[in-house]
Amino acid sequence: MSETGAAMTGQCATFYVAGRFLGVDVLEVQEVLREQRLTSVPLAPEVVEGLLNLRGEIVPALNMRRLLDLPPREGESLPLSVVVRTGHGAVSLQVDEIGDVVEVDAAAFEEPPRNMDAKLRSMLRGVQKLRDRLLLVLDIPRTVNVGGA
Amino acid sequence: MQDREIIQEFLVESAENLERLDREMVELERRPQDTELLGSIFRTIHTVKGTCGFLGFSRLGAVTHAAESILGELRSGRMLLDADLTSLILDSVDGIRRMLSAIETGEDEGPVFEQSLLERLHAAFDQKPQPAVETAAPKAAVKAATPETTAPAIEAPKAAPVADNEEAPSPHKESALADTTLRVDVNLLDRLMNLVGELVLTRNQVLQYNAAREDGALNAISQRLNLITSELQERVMKTRMQPIQVVWNKLPRLVRDLANTLHKEIALDLQGSETELDRTVIEAIRDPLVHMVRNSCDHGIEAPEERARRGKPACGNLTLRAFHEGGQVHIEIADDGAGMDPARLRAKAVERGLITPARAEEISDRAAFNLVFLPGFSTAAAVTSISGRGVGMDVLRTNIERIGGAVDLSSAPGRGTTVHVRIPLTLAIIPGLLVKAGGERFVIPQLNLHELIRLEGDALRTRIEYVHSTPVFRSRDALLPLIDLNKVLRLPALRNPEEASIAIVQAENRRFGLVVDAICDTQEIVVKPLGQQLKELNCYAGATIMGDGRVALILDVPGVAQRSGILAAGESSAREAAGGETGTGEGGERHSLLLCRAGRFARLAIPLARVARLEKISRNLIEQTAEGDVVQYRGTVLPLVPLAGMFGGGSGEDAELLQVVVVGTGGATAGLVVDEIVDIVDERATCLRASQSPGLLGSGVVAGKVTAFLDLDAVAGQAGFAGETSIARLREALLGEVPVEVPA
Repeated sequence: MSETGAAMTGQCATFYVAGRFLGVDVLEVQEVLREQRLTSVPLAPEVVEGLLNLRGEIVPALNMRRLLDLPPREGESLPLSVVVRTGHGAVSLQVDEIGDVVEVDAAAFEEPPRNMDAKLRSMLRGVQKLRDRLLLVLDIPRTVNVGGA
Repeated sequence: MQDREIIQEFLVESAENLERLDREMVELERRPQDTELLGSIFRTIHTVKGTCGFLGFSRLGAVTHAAESILGELRSGRMLLDADLTSLILDSVDGIRRMLSAIETGEDEGPVFEQSLLERLHAAFDQKPQPAVETAAPKAAVKAATPETTAPAIEAPKAAPVADNEEAPSPHKESALADTTLRVDVNLLDRLMNLVGELVLTRNQVLQYNAAREDGALNAISQRLNLITSELQERVMKTRMQPIQVVWNKLPRLVRDLANTLHKEIALDLQGSETELDRTVIEAIRDPLVHMVRNSCDHGIEAPEERARRGKPACGNLTLRAFHEGGQVHIEIADDGAGMDPARLRAKAVERGLITPARAEEISDRAAFNLVFLPGFSTAAAVTSISGRGVGMDVLRTNIERIGGAVDLSSAPGRGTTVHVRIPLTLAIIPGLLVKAGGERFVIPQLNLHELIRLEGDALRTRIEYVHSTPVFRSRDALLPLIDLNKVLRLPALRNPEEASIAIVQAENRRFGLVVDAICDTQEIVVKPLGQQLKELNCYAGATIMGDGRVALILDVPGVAQRSGILAAGESSAREAAGGETGTGEGGERHSLLLCRAGRFARLAIPLARVARLEKISRNLIEQTAEGDVVQYRGTVLPLVPLAGMFGGGSGEDAELLQVVVVGTGGATAGLVVDEIVDIVDERATCLRASQSPGLLGSGVVAGKVTAFLDLDAVAGQAGFAGETSIARLREALLGEVPVEVPA
C-alpha cells in the first residue's frame, strides 16, 4: 500500500474521536470492547495508553485523541475500545463513541487533501463522501505504526 | 498462484525427509548392506523427485533423478557405496535443500550452480564399476573387478561410524506413527496456550465466587471445572514439547563431515534423544549445541596417530547425553580427547591479560576450566575454519545464560572434556518475583535475582550510604549502586520513607540494588510479547497476565541497568569479547570508579571497591601529627592525604569544608582530600597507558574522557601514612590488639 488514498469498496465500522467521524474497514475490526482495565506502561510513547488483556493476548491500547493530535477527553465518560487486527497482533483504538457500519464505494471515495498535516494524512486511506458529512477512513497498518516510521 | 499451498506443503515435507536422509545416509555408510535402509533412502528421493515432476520443478527434478539413479544402482547391487559416493549423495541432499529454499524464498529453483553437482552425479553414475576398483585396491591384480568380487567388508567406511541407537528408525515404525500424528501450525498451539491461560483465570474467579456461597451444586460443578482445566492446561503445555532429537538429527551428519575434513575418526553416541523440551528452548539451544560439538571434534578429539601414541583407540568418542533432572534439562557433551590442562589455561588467561597472576594462583582447577568462557580466550593453537577464532565460548555461555541456563566445563588432561549444560524446560513460563512500584506491578525474572533486602528505621539510615548523591548499599564486601525503580520508570514515589525494599539483581555480571515500593511473592508467570508499538523500550522483557486478569510488565534487568547508566548503552557481550585490555578478576573488564577532581587532574579515578565513605570534614577539625594532617573520625585517627598538594596545581584551599574520600589501603584507612566528587561510573577503561608519575597507575579513557588512575598504595606510601605492616607493628608495640577497621 504505497499510495495513500487507495480506493476501497465495502463496509466501514465507524466511530467518533473528538467529534471527528472516522472509520476502518470492517474486515480489519476484531471486536468492540466497553470496559477495559489497562495497565499503563511507564516510558512508553505517549499514544500508548496501556496494555489490556484480551482473552490471554496482550494488546496495546492507543489513545486516538493523542494519535490524531486532538485535545484530551473531558468529563467522566470512559473511552471505548475498537480492537483491530494488524500484522503484529491485535491493537485497541481508544475512541469516544461507536457509530454505525457504513457502506463505502469507490465512486464516492477520494484521497485526503494534499495540504493537510503530513502525519495525519499518512494515517488515512481516504475520505468517503457521505450525504451529509465526510468519513475519514483510517489506514490501520500506518495508524498503529507508532514510533516506527 | 493457486499451487502455493501445495508447494508449501511439499517444502515442509521435503525438509523433514531430507533431515532424515542425512541421518540415514551416515548410517548406511556404516552398514552398506542394509537394504531396508537403502530402500528408505531411495523412497525419500523418489518422493521428492515425483513431486517435482508434478509441480514442474524440472531442474530440481533432474538432480533428484540423477541421485535416484545412483541409489537405484546401489540398491540393485550394481554399485557399491564408499565414502566418496556417500559424500556425493550427501552433497546432493544439500543441493536439493538449497534449491528448495530458493523455491521457498522466490519462485524459481535457484541459480544454475547445481549444474556441477548434476555433472558429478552423472559422472559417478557413468563410471559405476569404478568404486569397486578403488576399494578393491588390495587386490591390485584384478583390473576390471566386477562388483561381486568385492567383499562388502572392504569398503567399511574410513570415517565416522555412528553408534547404533535406539532411535535408528525402521521405516515401518515411522509409517505407523504417521497415521496417528498430525501437523499443526505452531501459532495455533500458541493461541491455544493463551486461551487455556485465560480459562485458568476464569476458573479461579469461579472458584472464588463459589467459596463465597454455600451451594452444593455449584460447588460440585466448580470442582469439576477445576480438575478439567488443570488437566487441559497440562496437556496443552505438552503439545509444545519436542524431543531434543529434533536438534540432534543434524549431528551425525555434522560429525561425519567434520571427521572427514579433519582426518579424524569420531564415533558419535547420542543418549536420551527422547528428552522433551519446549520448542522455544529447542530453538535457543540449536546453535550453541552445534558449536560445542564442533569444538569437541576440532579441539577435543585428537588425530588417529596422536591417539595411538597415547595408547587410545584410533576412533575418538563423542557422547551427548540429555536427561531431565530437578525440573531442568541437562545436556552433557563429553569427548575422550586431549582434555585441557588447567595450568596451561591459567597461563593463557594471564598472558591474555584476562586475570592477574595472583588470581590465577588462587582459583581452583575447576574455575580454571571455566576460564575458557572469558571473552577473548582461546586455547586452539591454530585458528581453524571449523571452530573459528575462539571468541565463541563466551558468546556460547551468554546465549545459554540468556535462556536461563548455565554451562560448566570439566576436563582431565589426556582423558577428555565434558561440557555440562543446564537449561530450563520452557521459556514460556518462568519464575519471577512480583514487586510494586508507583502503584503498578512488575515482575523481575528469578534468573536475574540475587537476594532480597528489607531495611527499616535505623538500618535504613546506616546501610544506605551516599557516594556524592548516588545511593549505594554495602552488601558484604561490595558497594552496590542502588537504582530507584520509580525514578527509572518515572513513576510517582508512594514510598514509606521509613522503609526500603531492595531487590539485589544482576545483569551481565554487574550487580546492583533495585529499590521498589514493595516486594510481593514469587510466581510462575507466562511470558507474552509486547506489541510492536513498545518494542523500542528496552526496559521490559515482555508482559504477563496476573491472577486477577490484569497485565503486569516483566522487567528486563539489563535494560533497566542500561537505562540507569549501570551498563553502558549498546554494550553487548560480543563487543566485550572483541576488547582485549586488562581487567582484574573474572569478567572484571568493567570497573566501578569514583571520579574526582584534585589539583591539576580534572578526572582522577579511584576504584569504588576501595572507597569506604565520602565525607565533608570541617577544616578546623584538622589536627597535626609528625606524618601530616589527621582528623578524629568515628573513634579512629584518620590520616588526611591532600591529593591537590601531592599532584600540584590549584586546590580548594579556601573551602571551609573539605571533601574527603575515605579509602581502605591495606589494613588501614585514610582520607583523600579532593577538590570535588565528579561522578561514579561503571565503565570499561580503554586506551590504557602506564604512567611514570608517582602516585598514579596510569591513564585511560573512561566514559569518553581521559582519566588518571590513582595508585592508592603508592599514595599511601608517599603520604607516609601507615600501611598494613607498619600499623601491625605499631599495634603490637603500643596498643595490643585494637582492631583498626574501616568505619561503617
